[in-house]
Amino acid sequence: MAKIWVFAELAEAKVAPIVLELLAKARDLGGEVEAVALGKGASAAAETLGKHGAKKVYACDDEVFDQYVAQPATDTLEALVKSGSPDLLLFGFTYDSREVAGRLSARLGVGQVSNCLDVEAEGGGFVAKVPYFGGAKIASLKLNNQPAIVLIRPKSFEAKEVGGTAEVEKVTATVGADSKRAHLKERIAEKGEKVKLEDATIIVSGGRGMQGPENFPLLEELADALGGAVGASRAVVDAGWVPYSMQVGQTGKSVRPSVYIAAGISGAMQHTVGMKGSKVIIAINKDAEAPILKMADLGVVGDALKIVPKLTEAVKAKKKQ
Amino acid sequence: MTPSAIIRLRFTAFTEKARLKIVVTVKQIPDPNATLKLTSDNRLARDGEVVLDPGDEYGVEAALRIKEAADEAEVVLVSMGPAKAADAIRKGLSMGADRAIHISDDGLAGADALTTAQVLTAAIKGESPDLVVCGCESTDGSTGMVPPMIAELLGFPQLTFAKQVEVSGSKVTIQRQTDVGYDVVEADTPALITVTAGVGEPRYASLKGIMAARSKEVKKVGLGDLGVTRGKPAEEVLEVVEAEKRQAGEVIEDDGNAVEKIVALLAKVKAV
Repeated sequence: MAKIWVFAELAEAKVAPIVLELLAKARDLGGEVEAVALGKGASAAAETLGKHGAKKVYACDDEVFDQYVAQPATDTLEALVKSGSPDLLLFGFTYDSREVAGRLSARLGVGQVSNCLDVEAEGGGFVAKVPYFGGAKIASLKLNNQPAIVLIRPKSFEAKEVGGTAEVEKVTATVGADSKRAHLKERIAEKGEKVKLEDATIIVSGGRGMQGPENFPLLEELADALGGAVGASRAVVDAGWVPYSMQVGQTGKSVRPSVYIAAGISGAMQHTVGMKGSKVIIAINKDAEAPILKMADLGVVGDALKIVPKLTEAVKAKKKQ
Repeated sequence: MTPSAIIRLRFTAFTEKARLKIVVTVKQIPDPNATLKLTSDNRLARDGEVVLDPGDEYGVEAALRIKEAADEAEVVLVSMGPAKAADAIRKGLSMGADRAIHISDDGLAGADALTTAQVLTAAIKGESPDLVVCGCESTDGSTGMVPPMIAELLGFPQLTFAKQVEVSGSKVTIQRQTDVGYDVVEADTPALITVTAGVGEPRYASLKGIMAARSKEVKKVGLGDLGVTRGKPAEEVLEVVEAEKRQAGEVIEDDGNAVEKIVALLAKVKAV
């Protein structure tokens, strides 16, 4: 039976949501599922990891992993991989996990497959599904190395609690003499997000058609009325209208809310790959030829600047009823 | 540009080693506005029009700003790619980089991320840089794996997703973009940084810059020069299929009833 390890990224001492999605996938692959948690809260995380199907958790609570970027985690994972010999190592395609996965794959000399949508067991090995051309095509890549290192986009699978308890194996941090280099000195929260984009069930996103950053409050008002969050296309993030954390798309966040409202977004493949899993898509665009209208459940050819404020009023009125 | 996007630099303790060497990795990618094609073995065709990866323009811009604030600095572009990549390299030189190394070898066609990182690392090592600057991820592949791999192979710390970079003596401090704000991350050089669009709008190449770029050195090297041999690829392409498309729904002209229609749909899925 294949041994599958999930890198249990911790955020503020809690298991990152992507980890539970990866555990759901690891269970489906039918292997021996184990997790590695490094840093503050690692041992405590074992309970959650066990409930989601990890049979064993290698845990190290040393805060060196929280204080120094990637290198201590790479050193410790290398030692664990060499003694535990997993066949498949799953990482989330997140900022923090990417840093570790990249270094580890270079250290082990095994390469990796990144930005994956799925991974399947096939012919005694693994095949990863990767988007090409921003998601227009899907490539199947057979993984040649052991361990196979695969990074999977968030929201590719649904997390599911199955009950269970993980055996906890405490491990010590293996940190090289020259690995305490990139020092994380401070974490600054600029603004309290009302609803996190990736957790929102309703998202209102804006693009170039919003004409300028001064019009984004219109989207915020609509999102507030709906209890949702505001996203954006790459074009407006690159233009500096809104911060990168709001970007939905290939280089940005993948979301799959119940309702996605795209206002003034043309629907470039770069954007749609990050939101096409939404249950209902509503698009508003002046250009009748905009690709987003061809994939929306309801496409409106019209001016988002005029429609959005009216929609906000209508939603508020409806909610009062 | 917002004030926070300005790269602030202070060179105070650079007396012993005044010359700062910065390597920027750049990649040519198929023009995103052109129709993309696959080769017969399912790799991205790279024989059409190419452009400098927009993500790498930010890397060049960041390096140039660091150079401008330094007493003395040199910006060297390192690129791996077919002969056509020369156009992308020339763009970076026109923006103001000093010289370039172009790694081109038929034996590199279809190279995976690890091979790419190994080859770039071999070329970078020859330069002994203080800083390596990369984009966060390429626009065509978007895997973001090459920068951490290079950092690992060089034995450098990595300071990633930087929206602001500050170099002071031998210390590099960045603001690392996060979902809620930013992290302050610091390391001593030599170090590798990856930058986001936050570092500032890439400059246009001036006519003077374009003229000057023509006489700048572009050193061509092959695999043999770097002493790198290709290992077993990490992956093998089995097939490439069309992605499932969403079914088109209803498209209406807004003649005043659009809001009503949208609210009806929101009500149907219990969003209001």
